[in-house]
Amino acid sequence: MLKVKSHTIYFDYAATTPLDLEVKQEMDLVWEKYGNPSSLHSKGYEAKVALDSAREKIAKILGARMDEVIFTSGGTESDNLAIFGYARANKNKGNHIIVSAIEHHGVLEPAHQLEKEGFEVTYLPVDKDGIVDLKVFKKSLRPETILVSMMYANNEIGTIQPITEISKIIRNFCEVKSQMSNVKSSKSAMPILHTDACQAAGFLDLSVKNLGVDMMTINAGKIYGPKGVGLLYIKKGLQIEPMIYGGGQEFGLRAGTENLAGVIGFAKALELVQKNKEKESVRLLKLRDYLKERIANEIPKIKFNGDFKNRLPGNLNVSILDIEGESLVLYLDNAGICVSSGSACTSKSLEPSHVILALGEPHEVAHSSLRFSLGHYTTKEDIDYVMEVLPGIVRKLRSISPLR
Amino acid sequence: MAKKIISINKKRKTAENRTAPDVISRGAGKSWIYSDKVKEHFFSPKNFLQTGEENKFDFNGIGMVGSPACGDMMKFWVKIDPKTDRIKICKWQTFGCASAIASTSMLSVIVTEKGGMKIDDAMKIKPQDILKRLGGLPSNKIHCSVLGDKALRAAINDYFRKTGQYDRITTDGSKIVDEKLKITERDIEQAVIDGAKTMEDLQAMLKIGAEDQSCLPEAEQLLRFYRDKHGF
Repeated sequence: MLKVKSHTIYFDYAATTPLDLEVKQEMDLVWEKYGNPSSLHSKGYEAKVALDSAREKIAKILGARMDEVIFTSGGTESDNLAIFGYARANKNKGNHIIVSAIEHHGVLEPAHQLEKEGFEVTYLPVDKDGIVDLKVFKKSLRPETILVSMMYANNEIGTIQPITEISKIIRNFCEVKSQMSNVKSSKSAMPILHTDACQAAGFLDLSVKNLGVDMMTINAGKIYGPKGVGLLYIKKGLQIEPMIYGGGQEFGLRAGTENLAGVIGFAKALELVQKNKEKESVRLLKLRDYLKERIANEIPKIKFNGDFKNRLPGNLNVSILDIEGESLVLYLDNAGICVSSGSACTSKSLEPSHVILALGEPHEVAHSSLRFSLGHYTTKEDIDYVMEVLPGIVRKLRSISPLR
Repeated sequence: MAKKIISINKKRKTAENRTAPDVISRGAGKSWIYSDKVKEHFFSPKNFLQTGEENKFDFNGIGMVGSPACGDMMKFWVKIDPKTDRIKICKWQTFGCASAIASTSMLSVIVTEKGGMKIDDAMKIKPQDILKRLGGLPSNKIHCSVLGDKALRAAINDYFRKTGQYDRITTDGSKIVDEKLKITERDIEQAVIDGAKTMEDLQAMLKIGAEDQSCLPEAEQLLRFYRDKHGF
């Protein structure tokens, strides 16, 4: 047996983050406000005031109006609402959608479903470093394109997409198009831009104006907030078909009594990560590069996945060749270290990571991939401990493997 | 809930004369948690071939199935005593997940314990025999153990070939469809009985064609044939 776990070292912040103590304290105060924000009486009003203040706080951070912030149950629901909601409400304008090949399943699966409903979907490829090619993107825009969904930062390899540039290309495309057909312009498609910013929210600028996005997904569970709450920013004036019908909450776009404690925690969490993002980025970048350096020096036959210039500071994705990812994850877990892998065995689908495959890597590189995502509580000592156990685990699993 | 699933499972049809199936259907397994036995064989694998041991034991049969691309690859080395027909030494190497490593390790123990198993018996080992000894596997990991017994049979077949006993070579009594993964017609039939309706199902369950896609048209024909035959 190799080294046995003493305490847990968490390197899976991209999967989800622990709840920030300050966020929890803020949430602890909410449970007294048990009224339904839709009720007319004082308990309802109390809850409504709290809900509005959270919405206002978030809207300010995004540079948005309050009625442009729709609370949901999380990132996946927000992605679904953006893709289904916009596509189905605007199918008379066009039937073409563009999404990047490395989107989260919350975007990819709705896109697959829309294909079955008669939409055409372009899965925009990325280069070997995991960044979309703007020229290729420009060419993929069609007269009937109604929606582009491009993730801000990737969950597996942390690469950051040039959202502002993509927005500019779309705007130019729209201008040219409206000049050419000024009569029918209201009926024809003007592609709008959605971005999944769940991974980016803790590190990058979220101003919807700077980014030039029309819809944006964020959730709380990736930024030290509670699980089960997210939001979709929807620019005023966009036509969206709701997915959940009922009492007309969230401006008629997402029915159901609001998750008040979740929303309050979400607002606090977003406020905290956005306030500390520069400092935290500098700290994590140093740690990430230290881990990268040590892996490169101490473990042979490895391959780092994804660009290192345009990348989230806390993400490191490395394929440790000749070893299957799940085995590594479980050996590391046995030593008290939590990481994840893009191996098929760690997914429910038996298919390895679509993100690593989209980089043009063969299946075995995807099966061998390991993701370290660093966060608030990661220290240099944690990384030193990883490097104390990882080389031995790799040697052992390689000695069992028939691959050389 | 769990009881219900088991009782349905018992009533299932099987490919040959209602004997137990090679693979338990995917919905019928237990949760994600590995048994202590699996953990033991995963963290302290038995009988794996150390680097440089290839020539140490005078092996007379070698077999390999799977590929790195499909995420599982297993190689078996056996030393069979020609006088007693028993497996004296069984060594292995596996690229794969915890289930794959644990099931190959357990298989090597099964065939070498108590003075070594008769090769005719070893040829009859099924994944479920390994599963039983491991205390089960999570439902979505059962396919990982399917390859171990195939690799062992490939190693024993290799021994038969090397010793000129061609009449003893078996391909599970069934025609091989996927040469690379040694997947037979019978494997496809069982997959249909276990619920495979589309080629995607079949590929998810058997990994057929993962290495050599040229077998896929034939596999698709067989899928249709067996779905008709069993009325699915």
